[in-house]
Amino acid sequence: MKQNRKISIISNTCLTIASLLALLPFLLLIIASLTDNNWAIANGFSYFPGKWSLDAYLYLTSQAATIGRAYVMTILSTAVGTALSILVTSLFAYGLNNDQIPGIRLINLAVVFTMLFNGGLVATYYTYNNIFHIKDTFWALIFPNLMMNAFNIILVKNYFRGSIPDSLVEAARIDGASEFSIFFKIVFPLSKPIMATVGLMTGLMYWNDWQNGLYYLTQRNGSKFYTIQVVLNTINENISFLSSSGSSGAAAAVSTMPSATARMAIAVVGILPVLVIYPFFQKYFVKGIMLGGVKG
Amino acid sequence: MKKKKKINWKRTIPFYIMMLPGIMYLMINNYIPMFGIVIAFKKLNFRKGIFGSDWCGLENFEYLFSSSDAWTITRNTIGYNLANIVLGTVFAMAMAIMLNEITSRRRSKFYQTMVLLPYLMSWVVVGYICYAFLSSESGMVNGILAKFGLEPVSWYNEKKYWPFLIIFFNLWKGIGYSMIVYFAGIVGISADYYEAAVLDGATKWQQIKNITVPLMKPTIITMLILGLGNVMRSDFGLFYQLPRNSGALYSVTRTLDVYVYNALMKNNDFGMSSAASFYQAIVGFILIITANKLVRRYSEENALF
Repeated sequence: MKQNRKISIISNTCLTIASLLALLPFLLLIIASLTDNNWAIANGFSYFPGKWSLDAYLYLTSQAATIGRAYVMTILSTAVGTALSILVTSLFAYGLNNDQIPGIRLINLAVVFTMLFNGGLVATYYTYNNIFHIKDTFWALIFPNLMMNAFNIILVKNYFRGSIPDSLVEAARIDGASEFSIFFKIVFPLSKPIMATVGLMTGLMYWNDWQNGLYYLTQRNGSKFYTIQVVLNTINENISFLSSSGSSGAAAAVSTMPSATARMAIAVVGILPVLVIYPFFQKYFVKGIMLGGVKG
Repeated sequence: MKKKKKINWKRTIPFYIMMLPGIMYLMINNYIPMFGIVIAFKKLNFRKGIFGSDWCGLENFEYLFSSSDAWTITRNTIGYNLANIVLGTVFAMAMAIMLNEITSRRRSKFYQTMVLLPYLMSWVVVGYICYAFLSSESGMVNGILAKFGLEPVSWYNEKKYWPFLIIFFNLWKGIGYSMIVYFAGIVGISADYYEAAVLDGATKWQQIKNITVPLMKPTIITMLILGLGNVMRSDFGLFYQLPRNSGALYSVTRTLDVYVYNALMKNNDFGMSSAASFYQAIVGFILIITANKLVRRYSEENALF
């Protein structure tokens, strides 16, 4: 029918425009990082720069001590954080899945309550800094806020409930397997799909995190643990601090900061792995969102 | 007397051990800070700690609410959330419906992949992208303005553009997520309805109007209510990274979370920041409980608890 064709054309057009709108800003970021810095200052960034240059990336290779280190930290914190998160979350969810053990209702309630009420930044900051002394340690990147959340616990618990046959667990128990070996040898390997989904979402969160670095890593003592995202944020902080201070030394200090194109290059390097692996894991992200649904 | 079932401790103890790391984490990350909100009623002295510090009653709150900041940050927090709820729902739902009209699997997947891309980026990177467009040093937009002989705009000092920019970038980053949530709902609608409609000679447009939208109503309303329940929470990254914490823009970009952060980390003012934090937590709690009650009444399986 004519009308149906019209709807199909409209849909395709609108979604193509939406796709372009989503993609084009990234393209500018990438092209900006490949533009000659002086040309960019004279003419502004452009999708069609008059002069291309690899200077920004050459600058990055000369900054291995900071940028390279930050890259290693990003990878390390993502790996450690995601592994710990998966382990703690799945063990917790598995325990929580046993309705009959005493006190489980209370624990369940305690999990749900964290979705409703939050101590907020001030109290959390005080707790981690002044009680647990996490400031300027590697663990500042791992523990605060990111490692476990109620949402993932419920997701994993529901998976255990729906997809792991009770008979399998019962049979292993009769064979004399301990609860821990049942979990690690039977339940966990059978839960790969949900672990992949939750793991990817958590990994992305760690990769993208800049807030923990901002709160818990100081420039003086914590900069050795800076991740790429924290470096990007710190450059912003320093520029706005220096340009607002207005002293004569400030202008000189600004000139030692990475150039505009170099900053764009750091950002590109930071998102590149996500851009590269995303198309291959797209279905897990989509599945994660679909599972999370309205509560996400 | 009823005989209580004997607990098999040998079987249950391993489960407690499994839950122990998670319980400890909840304690440290969530529950100790919950008690920590009493800082709002204290004159914090680091040597004495939270619980040893002297009480100061409502003094911190008096400071907070006697300034005009309290009104501005509340207005901004709620205003931007409402704008995002309304526009986000309309656009995401429209895009989900269109996505459902795409018959080619590969194309559908391609659109999903593209539109979801911004969701995967951190606000720092989105801030950099925005800066590539708007910076006065080498931004693209000012470059184009110059080409047409127009005066450059100092974007990071001009308030009037930012409500639009904030709303646009928030939609840009979040629309893929909500589109997929709605799309999942639409895909879940039984094909029988559409087949019957086609037999009756219904056009696509009629199917959308009379089947898809009405059947999606519970999901939409649930999302709306939950959005309203979260209206006191703001995305710190959006309001901190996008305007680059520019003081000139505060009156239109500062929300509760930005205020708490600046008061705490920039001014080291535990009193003000904890008062604002407490205010946000309590009002937010009441709202989300109310919202959940409404959702429960409306569609129980979507309630948080």
